[in-house]
Amino acid sequence: MSKLVAQAGIRGAHAVYKQAHEFFQKALQEKGPSYKVAFPETAFYFPMANAMLGVKVETIHDIEPVLKHASELLPEIPSEKVWLPYLGDTLNAGMATLFCEEIITALRYAYGQEPQKDCVGFFSDTVMRSLGIQLVDGRLPGFAAILGAAPDNKTAVSIVRELQSRNILAFVGSSVKGRSIIDQLVEENVQMGWDNYIVPYGRDTVSGIFPLNWAISSALTFGGLKAGDAQKCLLYTKERVFAFGLVLGELDDIKYATGAGAIAMGFPIIADTDIPEIKPSGITAYEALVKELDHKKIVSRCIEVRGIKVKVSNIPIPVPYAAAFEGERVRKEHLSVEFGGKSSLAFEYLSMRPSDEVEDGNVEIIGPDIDALKNGEKSMPLALIVEVAGRKMQKDFEPILERQIHRFMNYAMGIMHVGQRNMIWIRISTDTFAKGFRLKHIGVLLHAMLHQEYSAIADKVQVKIYTREEDVKKLLEQAKNAYDERDERLSGMTDESVDTFYSCTLCQSFAPNHICIISPERLGLCGAYSWLDGKASHEINRTGPNQPIVTGAALDSKMGVWKNINDFVYQNSNKSIERVSMYSLMDSPQSSCGCFECIVAIIPEVNGVMVVNRDYAGMTPSGMTFTTLAGSVGGGVQIPGFLGVGKLYLTSKKFISAEGGLKRVVWMPTSLKEELGEKLKKRVEEVNDPGLLDKIADESSVTTLEELTEYLSKANHPALTMDPIM
Amino acid sequence: MSLIKERSIDRATQETLKKAKKENIPTCWDRLDAQQPQCGFGLLGLCCTVCNMGPCRIDPFGEGAAAGVCGANADTIAARNLARKIATGASAHSDHGRDVAHAASLVTKVHSHPESHPEGHRHHHDYEILDIGKLKLLAAEFGIDTAKPEEQIARELSKKLLEEFGRQEGELVFTKRAPLKRREIWKKLGITPRGIDREVVELLHTTTMGVDNDYKNIIATGMRCALSDGWGGSMIATDVQDVILGSPEPVRGKVNLGVLKEDQVNIVVHGHEPILSEMAVKASRDPELLKLAKDKGAEGINLAGICCTANEVLMRHGIAVAGNFLQQELAIVTGAVEVMMVDVQCIMPALHEVAACFHTKLITTNSKARFPGVSHVEFTPEKAYETAKQIIRVGVENFSNRKKDRVNIPKEEMDLVAGFTKEVVAQMLGGKYRGTYRPLNEAIISGRIRGLAGVVGCNNPKQTHDFAHTELVKELIKKDVLVLQTGCSAIACAKQGLLLPEAAAQYAGNGLREICDAVGIPPVLHLGSCVDNSRILTAASHIISEGGLGEDLSDIPAAGCAPEWMSEKAITIGFYFVASGVYTVFGASPFAVLGSKNLTHYLTHDIEEIVGGRFDFADTPVKMAELMIAHIDKKRKALNLKPVI
Repeated sequence: MSKLVAQAGIRGAHAVYKQAHEFFQKALQEKGPSYKVAFPETAFYFPMANAMLGVKVETIHDIEPVLKHASELLPEIPSEKVWLPYLGDTLNAGMATLFCEEIITALRYAYGQEPQKDCVGFFSDTVMRSLGIQLVDGRLPGFAAILGAAPDNKTAVSIVRELQSRNILAFVGSSVKGRSIIDQLVEENVQMGWDNYIVPYGRDTVSGIFPLNWAISSALTFGGLKAGDAQKCLLYTKERVFAFGLVLGELDDIKYATGAGAIAMGFPIIADTDIPEIKPSGITAYEALVKELDHKKIVSRCIEVRGIKVKVSNIPIPVPYAAAFEGERVRKEHLSVEFGGKSSLAFEYLSMRPSDEVEDGNVEIIGPDIDALKNGEKSMPLALIVEVAGRKMQKDFEPILERQIHRFMNYAMGIMHVGQRNMIWIRISTDTFAKGFRLKHIGVLLHAMLHQEYSAIADKVQVKIYTREEDVKKLLEQAKNAYDERDERLSGMTDESVDTFYSCTLCQSFAPNHICIISPERLGLCGAYSWLDGKASHEINRTGPNQPIVTGAALDSKMGVWKNINDFVYQNSNKSIERVSMYSLMDSPQSSCGCFECIVAIIPEVNGVMVVNRDYAGMTPSGMTFTTLAGSVGGGVQIPGFLGVGKLYLTSKKFISAEGGLKRVVWMPTSLKEELGEKLKKRVEEVNDPGLLDKIADESSVTTLEELTEYLSKANHPALTMDPIM
Repeated sequence: MSLIKERSIDRATQETLKKAKKENIPTCWDRLDAQQPQCGFGLLGLCCTVCNMGPCRIDPFGEGAAAGVCGANADTIAARNLARKIATGASAHSDHGRDVAHAASLVTKVHSHPESHPEGHRHHHDYEILDIGKLKLLAAEFGIDTAKPEEQIARELSKKLLEEFGRQEGELVFTKRAPLKRREIWKKLGITPRGIDREVVELLHTTTMGVDNDYKNIIATGMRCALSDGWGGSMIATDVQDVILGSPEPVRGKVNLGVLKEDQVNIVVHGHEPILSEMAVKASRDPELLKLAKDKGAEGINLAGICCTANEVLMRHGIAVAGNFLQQELAIVTGAVEVMMVDVQCIMPALHEVAACFHTKLITTNSKARFPGVSHVEFTPEKAYETAKQIIRVGVENFSNRKKDRVNIPKEEMDLVAGFTKEVVAQMLGGKYRGTYRPLNEAIISGRIRGLAGVVGCNNPKQTHDFAHTELVKELIKKDVLVLQTGCSAIACAKQGLLLPEAAAQYAGNGLREICDAVGIPPVLHLGSCVDNSRILTAASHIISEGGLGEDLSDIPAAGCAPEWMSEKAITIGFYFVASGVYTVFGASPFAVLGSKNLTHYLTHDIEEIVGGRFDFADTPVKMAELMIAHIDKKRKALNLKPVI
C-alpha cells in the first residue's frame, strides 16, 4: 500500500524538519545570526534552496525563511480511514526533507562535522562540472545513490562492481542498523574515489542530500535554468540526470522521506526489501518505487527502472569492427565455416519478448561451436535467435530490427552475411577464425549494435545460437510462421483498406524538395520502406521522417489523388509540388530523390514504358543507360513520363494503374524479371495475360528502339493497342 | 402503485418513503403513478404548441397527420422542441453565472491570506477574493494587466465577465481554453459561441413559428447555444465562485438523511447557487445564533444541503449533504428540518405542501423562484450575511415547534471525499513543485486507467432512484475507468460509499486500483455541482495539452453519461459535451425525439462525423457501461495505446 509509504515519508519529513529546526536554533544561539554558512567551493549557496526558491543562503539568519517554507510544505499524515489524496503531499514532504537535510549538512560544515571519515561530503562545483561533461559525452550513462548496507560484504562488492562495469557512477553511503556500505567496501579493500566511480558521501541518510545537491546544481549549470524556476529544474533532473536510489536493507522513515524528495526530482528508488511498490509513472519516467529481492538482478532492474541506456562503445570481439568492412566478401579459398546458402539449414529470427524473459547481454550457444568442426567440414546448421525486450518495443518493429542483422554482421571483418530470414548465407573467414572469433561473438556484436542504434526501443537484448540440426529444424517452423504472419499483414492490405499513408523525407538531406508517399500498395522508391515500416518508424520516432497522413476523401481515386496528400506534399516539398498522383506516370507523378531501385520511362513510339533497374549497366532501348536516365530523373522534381520506383512496386495492382499498369511495360532487363520471379508471374496471371512476361522484351534480344518496335509487334504486345499514353 | 424498493435502492429513502406513506404525504413517486400513462406524443417529441394554429401532433405510425397546420413535419417539430430545452437549460446555468459575476463585481476587499481561510477576520457582509492566484489567471485570460492592485483586477475582470453575456460578436474568451483543433472544428461549423445571451435568444428565435425548418441546422444552432453554457455561463459560474468563495480542495464530508441531527436545529439549503448558502455556512457559526439555539434547547445549528447547493458547500467546506434531487421532500418528511432555504432550479413545487404537513418553514430567497403562500426573504449580495442570518434565526426559533413524536431520521450516513478540481488534480499528482497532469496521461497511456467517464446528472422517479448511477459507476471502475462526477449523480454514488478512497480496493479493476493507491484517491472523483461540469471540459483540455492522448478532446478515451436525467439542463450539458467531441449516453427515457427517425439517427450517428461526439440512449446501467467502454476502447485503439493492464 502506497499509503504506508506516504505515512512513513511524511512522518520522516516531520522528523527531519524537527532536527533541522533544533540544529538551526542551536546554531543561532551559539554562533549568532550573521555567522556565515556555506558548502565548500560552490557558487550555488544552498543548491536545493537556490534552485527551488531562488534564495541565496549565506548566513544562519538566511536559513530561517527556507526552514519556514519547509514547515509550510509539511502535510498531515494520511489517516487510516477516509484519507485525503497523499501523493502530492508526500512529494511536498520529500521536498521539505531535502531543504531540511541541506540545512542540517550545511550547519554540520559550520561545526566542522562534515565531511565524514573516508567520505567526500559535499561535491564541489569543479567535481560537478567534470561529472557533467562525462554525463553529456556519454561516458557516464547514469548515477546510483546507494543507501544502507548489503546483507554481506560480498554482495556489496558485487553490486558496485556491476555498476562499475557499466560505467555507472555509484555514490555510496547511509547505513542500516549501524552498518554502512562504506565500511563494507573499506573492509573488502575496494578502492573508492572519483576515479574509481565509487564515491562515499556519508554514513547517514541526511548526507544523501549531497548527490541530490549535485543533481540540482547541474540543472542550473548545464540546463541553463534560472534559480527559482523550480518546476523546470525538477523536470531537468527527471529528464536529463539519469540517477536512481538503491536502498539496501530496511527503510526507515527518514529514508522514505529522502526517497520522496528524490522521486520529486524524477529519480526512482529501488529497494532490496519487501516494500510496497509505486509503479505508476509520470513523476518519474517509469516506476517510482520498486523492490528487487534478488541481488543478482538488482542492478539490471535499476537500469531498467531509470531507463538508463547503456551504450557499448567498444565491441569486444577479436576482429576489427566498422562500416568499412560491410561490402567485403569471403571467398571459398578463405572460408573457415559457412551457414545457409546451399550448404546447410540456417535462418535468423528476431522477436519481441516480455522483459522478464530477457537477460540483457546474455549470449547462449546451444550445440557445438565452430571450433568443434572436424577436419574438412566447413558448414553447420544455424538458428540465430535474437530476443528483444523494451517498453517501447512492438511486434511491428521485429522485421525492422531483424533486417539490421545483415548490416551489423557485415561490419565485422571477415564475416559475410547475405540475404535474410531463412535465405541467409553467412561465411566466416579462416583469418577471422584464427583470431579467435567464435559464435558467441555474433551475439556480442548484435547486442551491442542493437543497443547502440535502437536504444529508443530496445531495452534488453539476448541472443541464442543453435547449431544442432534437430533444434534448427524445430525452431525454423516457428520462425516461418512468424515470417508468414508478417507477409500476410502487408499482402492482405490495399490502399483502400487504410485511411493513412506515410510520408518519407529521409532523403531531403540531399534532395530537399523530395518527398515519398508510401501506401500499402506502393512502397518507397528505395525499396527499403514499406507502409508497415513507415508506420513502425513513425512509432519509433514520432517526429521523424515518416509522418502519417490521413488520406480523407480522394479527389480522383483512379489517378490516386487526395487533397490531404497534396496539402502535405505542398507543405513539405518547400511548396514546390502542388499535386501528386499516386498511381500515374504521366499526370503529376511522384518526384524522385536518387535512391530509386528502378526507373520507369516512357517510350512514346511504342505507346509503352520500359523499366530499368540500378543493377543493369547496359544500354536500354531509350538510348540511355540507367546512370544517364538517373541523372535527369532525380533531384526531387516531377517529370511526367519518368518515375523512380522500388522493384516490388512493379508487382503491385497500383503500378501506374492510371496508365494501364503492367501491360504498359514493354522492356525490362532479364535480371529484374528473374528477381521478381514468382511475384511477377502471379501478377501477369492476375491481369489475365499469362504470356505477358514473354511479350516484354529484354536485353537478350532488344537494346534499340528499332529492335523493340519489331519485337513488340511480333509478340503482339498489348501496349500497342492500348489508349494513347500521351 | 410501485413498491418502495422499486422506487429507490437507498435505504434512508425507502425508510422515509414508508413514513410518508404512513402519514399520507404524497411524494413525486405517487404523483408519477397518478400521471400514468404519460403522454405518448410528448415522449416522442411529436406534439407542437409553438403557435396558436396548434396544438398539432404527428401520427407516429404514419397513418394520420404527417405535418402540423403550418406544414412542420416530425423532424422540424422534434428538433424545435429539443432546441427549446437546450435554450432553457443554457439560460439556467448562464443566469447563475451572471449572478456570480455580479457578486464578484461587488468585491471591495481582497483577502490577504487566501491559503488560510481565517473566518474570524472576515467582514461578514462582504464577498472577498479568496483565490488570488486564480483571479490573476482569469484576468490574464481576459488580457488584464495582473500587475495592477488586486481590487482593481477584480473590478475589471468582473466587468469583462459580465460583458461576455451581452457580447454580440467574436468568440467567448473561455473557448480559447479548448484545444486548437477543437476550436477549428467549431469555427468551420460556425458554432463558436459569440455571446452567452445572444446564443439563447437566437436559438429561441429559430424555433418560433416559421423560421428554421432544417433539423440539422436547428441542432447546429442548439450546439452553439449549449457551448455558450459549457464554455461560457457555467464556466464563469465555476471559476468566479472559486475566486470569491475559495477554490475547493480535497475535503471529507458525510452524506444521506442520517446527517440531520436529532438534537440540533437543522437548516437545509437547497437549489444551485452557493453565494447565499456560503453565507449560511458562516451564519450557522454565528455566536449569537448559537447562543439562541442553546436557549431554545438545541445543541447547535446543523447545516445540510440538497442538490447542487449541497455540492457547492460540500466542495468548499465539507458541509454534510442530506440527499439528492429525489430526497428533497423526504428531508422534510423526517420531521426534523426547521428551515429549508431554497434558491433556484430543481426545487419541486410540492415542497410547499410537504412542509405544510410539518413545522418546517420553507423560505424562498430568489425573486426568480417564488411560491405562492411561501415566505420570501429576498437575497441580495450586498446584504448577504444579514439575509443568511435572518433565515437561520427563523430556523432556530422554529426548533421548539418541532414535534418529537413525528421525527424519524434514518441512521444512514456515509463518509466521502470530495473537492476535486482541475487545479487539484495537478497538485495531488505532483505536489507544489511538480504539479502536473503527466501521471494521469501516463496512467491512461500505459493502460492502468482505461479511460475517463463523466457520470453526471439528476434523479428521475421513472427509474429506481440512484440505481443506474451506482451500478453504472461500479461497472465502469471495475473496468478501470476513472469516473468524474458532479451533481446528484455524485451524491447517489457517495451514499453507496463509492466516493471513499477505500472504494478503490473494493470495486476498482487492478490498474485503476494501482493508481488510486499511488495517489490516495477514490476511484470516483467528485468535481462539484452541475455548473461544475465545466471543470471536466477544462480538465480534458489540460489532458490534451499535457500530450500523448491526441490533439482534440474527441481523441481522449472518454465518455459521458447522464443515467437518471430529468432536467433540461442535462440536455444542454449533453449537447455541450457532444459538441466538444464527447460520446454521451443518456439513460432514463431518451430525449423526446424518437418520433423523428431522421433526427434520432442524426443525433446518435451522423453527428459524430461532424463534431466528433454523439449521443446514445440506453435503459440499463450495464448497457450504458458497455457502450461507454466500447467507445473508450475505440479511442484507445485509434491512439494506438497499450492494452489495459
